[in-house]
Amino acid sequence: MSKTLLKGGRVVDPANGRDGAFDVLMDGGRIARVGRDLPVDAGTTVVEIPSGLVICPGLIDMHVHLREPGQEHKETVATGTASAVAGGFTAVACMPNTNPVNDNAGVTEYILKKAAEANLARVYPIGAVSRGQKGEELADIAELKRAGCVAITDDGHPVSTAMLMRRALEYTTMFRMPVIEHCEEQTLRGDGVAHEGFHASALGLRGIPGEAESIMALRDIALAGLTRGMVHIAHMSARQTLDAVRWGKSRKAHVTCEVTPHHFVLTDDMLGAPIAYDTNVKMNPPLRETADRDALLAGLADGSIDVIATDHAPHHYDEKHVEFDRAPFGITGLETCVSLCFDRLVHAGVVSLPRLVELLSVNPARILSVPGGSLSDGAPADISILAPDLKVTISVARMKSKSKNSPFDGWRLRGGVAATIVGGRAVFVNEGAGIQL
Amino acid sequence: MKKDLLGIGDLTPDEIYAILDTAEAMREIGQRTIKKVPTLRGKTVVNLFYEPSTRTRTSFEIAEKRLSADTLNIAVAQSSVLKGETLADTALNIEAMQPDFIVLRHASSGAGHLLSRICKSRIINAGDGTHEHPTQALLDAFTIREHKKRIEGLKVVIVGDLLHSRVLRSNVLLLTSLGAEVWACGPPTLVPIGLDRLGVRASTSIDEAVADADVIMMLRIQQERMHGAFVPSLREYFTTFGMTVERVARAKPDVIIMHPGPMNRGVEIASEVADGPYSVILEQVANGVAVRMAVLYMLAGETETEN
Repeated sequence: MSKTLLKGGRVVDPANGRDGAFDVLMDGGRIARVGRDLPVDAGTTVVEIPSGLVICPGLIDMHVHLREPGQEHKETVATGTASAVAGGFTAVACMPNTNPVNDNAGVTEYILKKAAEANLARVYPIGAVSRGQKGEELADIAELKRAGCVAITDDGHPVSTAMLMRRALEYTTMFRMPVIEHCEEQTLRGDGVAHEGFHASALGLRGIPGEAESIMALRDIALAGLTRGMVHIAHMSARQTLDAVRWGKSRKAHVTCEVTPHHFVLTDDMLGAPIAYDTNVKMNPPLRETADRDALLAGLADGSIDVIATDHAPHHYDEKHVEFDRAPFGITGLETCVSLCFDRLVHAGVVSLPRLVELLSVNPARILSVPGGSLSDGAPADISILAPDLKVTISVARMKSKSKNSPFDGWRLRGGVAATIVGGRAVFVNEGAGIQL
Repeated sequence: MKKDLLGIGDLTPDEIYAILDTAEAMREIGQRTIKKVPTLRGKTVVNLFYEPSTRTRTSFEIAEKRLSADTLNIAVAQSSVLKGETLADTALNIEAMQPDFIVLRHASSGAGHLLSRICKSRIINAGDGTHEHPTQALLDAFTIREHKKRIEGLKVVIVGDLLHSRVLRSNVLLLTSLGAEVWACGPPTLVPIGLDRLGVRASTSIDEAVADADVIMMLRIQQERMHGAFVPSLREYFTTFGMTVERVARAKPDVIIMHPGPMNRGVEIASEVADGPYSVILEQVANGVAVRMAVLYMLAGETETEN
């Protein structure tokens, strides 16, 4: 592969302490050099980056559902990774609740084969904690690891018992592999469909209190302390859970956490308006109340929260076009994340751009121990080029994801994606952003 | 009025009073020898019931027939829903036959909102999950007004399973919007969050709640919820929250006792109270027909205006 020089633009590379005007030289799918006014050899393709654009290490979404194998009517590895690169992500980590469950090396290898065929974003499979995600016995975790899994989780459910969670945390200490937990105390969650608060109450929807999440997080953080294993709290939604994470971090437990854009942007008043009982605001964990949303924003600002992940959960139109309490939980997220982060975090003054890059790239790479997260010499040339001031109107019709279940359709936001480069190859270019690759 | 009646929130206080006034005239029709007027002749009403209901379905059907509408009842068993077509498809199929109204009873909160978005027919919510039952609240208001000549300023106490009650939600919205002082009383396990934001005084003391009440409205206790889950036992429920003659005595002397039915005698209400002189429970049933006639008439009137 020939050399390409990205010239101009603001390079934000917090892992190397860079934030300013630099050139980035890519060679053979890797970063060759980052520096000011790099010399141009003959044979090097020079790409002028329009001013105002940002070059950063490739964004990594550590929580997506690609649905393949088994639910290809919702999404496939190919459509999901097309959605990822259109959303500025160079890599995604996919959840094991496929059919069959990714609880053995065969399924992991199948996903990786599909990812290689699609040849868009990198795909890091996440294996199941327990066989069949049934919460009874541990899956073949070492084999999953060898096949390419970067973490384990029983996502969709918490790990059923404290003993099984303890064993999973202990066992994974030999690989430095996190156990990702969907925190939910099942008896307290009951058959709830929305956040337990005024809006669910007024609309006659069964509630799920924030404590259903925080109680399980406290259990897992305590077990991380007991075992020295690494627990990562997925899609944190409740202020009580954030308190639990802060408590764990203060005690030096190996705990990290993520939030989704929908939880730091939306609140449960969306249940009633603008569209009452809109199944596109039904997700698990549910949209919480304003105090929770504000707590998450504070956690993003003060560093308590490590990662932004989308919990991209595609569902077919038919599945969502039903009564609220019968609809599946979840919304898509890959193609709205960057715009929501710019508009609601960076431009709103909640976090700086370097901090956003930590949340979307540096920290997920570190937690999952995968390549990326920096523009260091010799690193894979996985690069996201972002357009902080691009005016974006979200359109589900134009999304690459196979499913259209997003509550953000029609939203006008400031900030978007200009291009996505994986292994030195441009896999997505937004023609509206004025960049030619 | 809006196209559909999905909840009391769809109505302004003026519209509520207009429905109650119209219901007065409609009640008179039911007292004639020939209980029928041609008002809705040529209109088709589909009563689409996904939950078993005797009282509400019969009441709507009689109301529709007294107005000369062509009515059709579809009772869908929940078991067939699980394997059968979706609510949206069922509604669109019915819609293809051009009914003017769909009266919907459904176990899911917000089912009427789904139909409202996809149907041109007018949707009347005859009870959706634990959300609303607007015609019940209208007939309750009609009954209260008949006895008390007003609603503003009355102390109305609603007692029972508040959490799972669509009757509660509709009544709270209606009565507070007309200026009543609404109290709600039940065990803390059956009180929904945020009642205070709806302008309701919540109390766990039945004696405090019923003191000087003008109206006591009892809600049904669903027996399947009562075995150790929300309250320890039916016996304890009755001794703690059941409406007895002694408790009624704490209310105003001219208190009226209401119940949307079906009643559990000896669980939420003693038979002496249900059948006693202050009970207006059967009047509520009678008034239900007149109020539903008024709702159909007024929504149909909107159709004419649009045309």
